[in-house]
Amino acid sequence: MDKLALLAWIEEAAATGIPFGRYCLQLQATEMEIAQEVLLQRMQEYLSVMRDAIDYGLTGVRSTSGMAGGSGLRLQNWHANEKNENRILGQLTAKAAAYALAANEANAAMGRICAAPTAGSSGVLPAVLFAIAEERTTTQENLALALISAGAIGMVIASRASLSGAEGGCQAECGSAAAMAAGAAVELFGGTPVQVGHAVALALKNLLGLVCDPVAGLVEVPCVKRNAGATMIALLAADMALAGIESVIPVDEVIDAMAAIGHSIPDALRETGQGGLAATPTGLECAERIFGGRNRLNK
Amino acid sequence: MNLFDVIGPIMIGPSSSHTAGAVRLGRLALALLGEPVRDADIGLHGSFASTGRGHGTDRALVAGLMGWNTDDSRIPHSFEFAANAGLAFHFETVCLGDDAHPNTVMFALKGKSEGVLRLTGCSVGGGRIKITELNGFPLELTGEFSALITLHHDRPGVIHSVTGVLASRTVNVAEMRVSRRKKGSTAVMVIDVDGSVPQEVVEAVAGLPQIIAVRRLNPVVV
Repeated sequence: MDKLALLAWIEEAAATGIPFGRYCLQLQATEMEIAQEVLLQRMQEYLSVMRDAIDYGLTGVRSTSGMAGGSGLRLQNWHANEKNENRILGQLTAKAAAYALAANEANAAMGRICAAPTAGSSGVLPAVLFAIAEERTTTQENLALALISAGAIGMVIASRASLSGAEGGCQAECGSAAAMAAGAAVELFGGTPVQVGHAVALALKNLLGLVCDPVAGLVEVPCVKRNAGATMIALLAADMALAGIESVIPVDEVIDAMAAIGHSIPDALRETGQGGLAATPTGLECAERIFGGRNRLNK
Repeated sequence: MNLFDVIGPIMIGPSSSHTAGAVRLGRLALALLGEPVRDADIGLHGSFASTGRGHGTDRALVAGLMGWNTDDSRIPHSFEFAANAGLAFHFETVCLGDDAHPNTVMFALKGKSEGVLRLTGCSVGGGRIKITELNGFPLELTGEFSALITLHHDRPGVIHSVTGVLASRTVNVAEMRVSRRKKGSTAVMVIDVDGSVPQEVVEAVAGLPQIIAVRRLNPVVV
């Protein structure tokens, strides 16, 4: 696969003076030989699935194993109480965190979701997009354009590094999702293409090295809560970029660093369920309880 | 690569490899059998065996055997639907050795009108799949293309006559693979094509000498 360069797209968008999302829409519609309207319509369908996944998660659904479920609803209720003096997050961030938990809990409970970029990290983009959409004013088309920006950012990461936890650890899944969402958030707030690039770099830098160590090999622990963490980092990175804070390391180099780090992560920490949290006494106990000693690896 | 390789697919969770990929493996098996499944013996290897239940891999495979899509909301309840549809299934853990992909499934299927099929395939990540063996023949099939698959006697000219039918209907061959058990016995040919395979091509190929069976496949990975 040819390596894409995010900076090349950013410079072209900046030179033509159009927002990053609009630029990516033109680029992708041309390359895929489909009308821009068709592409936007597909994004609307994806957005609608994302919105439904949040709502399904907020009903408090639980996974088959029983390890995941109910935390999105719990955080939402915690923040819904106006008299609660112990709420730490602000309204937009609290909503985003609850949405990220809920959307990924929908995934764990075999709900219908949109992989973005993967199922395991499918809570981050819905959370960032819909928390901003509901707490600020934006249009359906702007949301679709933000999702296209996110997709374009993900393409660059896929071409230079990886979007798979089995290949690159959780940095490749939740890290990539956060980077994509950070760029999308800058786009929604009317930031420049250059700011989009810095947001992507800042988000990814904060998740470099994150390993993939799912308890019992299931997409539940710690995936659901990492979706919330990645969402917070995405919003922080976007906020920093909008304030004019820049990443010293250029975005494409940050992505290359992620690829290099991914290669040096041992197998036990790349979605095999054998190291990290999965190998803790409690992690092993959960695996034993869920699979009851049967269904073990064929060794 | 394009946008849809990164955003999407729309799918039932929790895992693109263990759930969405499993649905697609089941769908391909159904298409290769060519008729509704009456009885399915399903062997799970490696990670499919150890984490399959928690990922809904078992329910996803059965959903695929009924021809459902990866985003079908009935997937969590596929066992109940299978019972109503007269599809009996049985799961077991199999050990295919270290060389086999960790997400490998083996199907032994019986169709409603007594067709049989043995198939081995794996889910290689991100919902992408690969069939590696069909009725004892090694072969490679990803479900990304429309394909024509033949079982035929290993004789000179068979490949020529089949591709001749495709050429006469202006169907373009994207990739093709042939494998046989031994010289002069039976062979399997997989022809991936651009666009789709018209029904008349299937009928014309079925009528050729030396052809034992022919199947048309639509892409299951889109």
